[in-house]
Amino acid sequence: MTTAHVLMGLLASEDRHGYDLKREHDQRFAGARPMAFGQVYAALERMQKKNYVVPVEVERVDGPDRTVFRLTAAGRAELDRWLGEVEPPAPHVANPLAVKATIALLVGDGDRAARYLADQRAAHLTRMRHYTRLKTDPAASLTEVLDADYAIAHLDADLQWLDLALDRINALSAAIAPVAPTSDQPPTTPAVPTAAAT
Amino acid sequence: MNHAIPTSSGEATAEQRESSELSARSIVYSYGHTPALRGVSVELRRGEILAVTGPSGSGKSTLMLCLAGIITPDAGEVRYAGRAISAASESARSRLRRTEFGVLFQFGQLVPELTAAENVALPLLLAGRKRSAAMTAATNWLERFGVADLARSRPPEMSGGQGQRVAVARAMVTEPTVLFADEPTGALDALAGEQVMTQLVRVARESGTSVVLITHDAKIAAYGDREIVVRDGMLDQTAS
Repeated sequence: MTTAHVLMGLLASEDRHGYDLKREHDQRFAGARPMAFGQVYAALERMQKKNYVVPVEVERVDGPDRTVFRLTAAGRAELDRWLGEVEPPAPHVANPLAVKATIALLVGDGDRAARYLADQRAAHLTRMRHYTRLKTDPAASLTEVLDADYAIAHLDADLQWLDLALDRINALSAAIAPVAPTSDQPPTTPAVPTAAAT
Repeated sequence: MNHAIPTSSGEATAEQRESSELSARSIVYSYGHTPALRGVSVELRRGEILAVTGPSGSGKSTLMLCLAGIITPDAGEVRYAGRAISAASESARSRLRRTEFGVLFQFGQLVPELTAAENVALPLLLAGRKRSAAMTAATNWLERFGVADLARSRPPEMSGGQGQRVAVARAMVTEPTVLFADEPTGALDALAGEQVMTQLVRVARESGTSVVLITHDAKIAAYGDREIVVRDGMLDQTAS
């Protein structure tokens, strides 16, 4: 995904100037990082060179002049191509959650790994509550609901992994825990043949 | 070694007891020789939506059955509004379930031969309410859950989501103090489940009803105010 494709998507419905594009982006994708003005104007310049957009008028209001851009047929074709393109699945194995839990295990501290996983799970659920409240607010827009759905689905995937990881660590710890001898059962000697017995 | 930390003595502070609707202290329950709960303590505050999560077979549904007075724990105590319901007679607990508690299961368990309105009216009729008053109340509750147009439909004619909304209306028609919901969206697709949960939470908050929400699904648990996790019949306090 590039800034240009997002801007072309916003220009598909109506002509807009750079300031309007930035404002529209930030409102529609409130969960994303706000778009910088420099980023918008640089992208518009590149798009104009490729004939994806053309200036149609200059709005003169209070303050600086604002050039209004329109999506061209070539721009629309590029937007359609991008919309039909599959995004590569994100490399979740590089997720910091997995890295931190693995490192904790590598340093031989199962307790610390389990505690980290449990704390992380609580933090994820708190965030999930936030998005659930947001999307069930009767005043929420469709874009906000879709954004929240996306965030919740990803948090849920992490939570499922956290639960599974915690179960695996518990199972592993149980399997390798030393068995304490009972009072009426002396510790067994290793079944290693001694020199005398051979 | 299990990293899930079992609950301590479960002693609630005086302040917690004051604001607590329902509480369990060190409850133990076994199915034959198989332990299901091994000393669980929990407090449900007034108006709170408490999500109880955990893997399959962890004991969360058994905990709900004990809290709702459907089964009595082998040891420990369940208290509601200052009374030890775990020591009460079956008839007293049954009365409590009819008047103070509402219960909702995964498959709404509606009576297929009755219309939606008759299903919702049923708890009121069983409690001795006149038929006309019960049917009026049922219609009002169907309206609150957005399914008033289904009043004359029978369960086989409804979608899963519609049926479950009727079931929630039936669980709420007696205006319970506590609603117990066991995997209330487990049989529904994501969107239908969301509709049921959104309406359930909204109506519970409007009515001041506390909810014990049993679920294995974090997305459903996120509708709650607080979560407790049950693992191997104990509370996992690292995750609660």
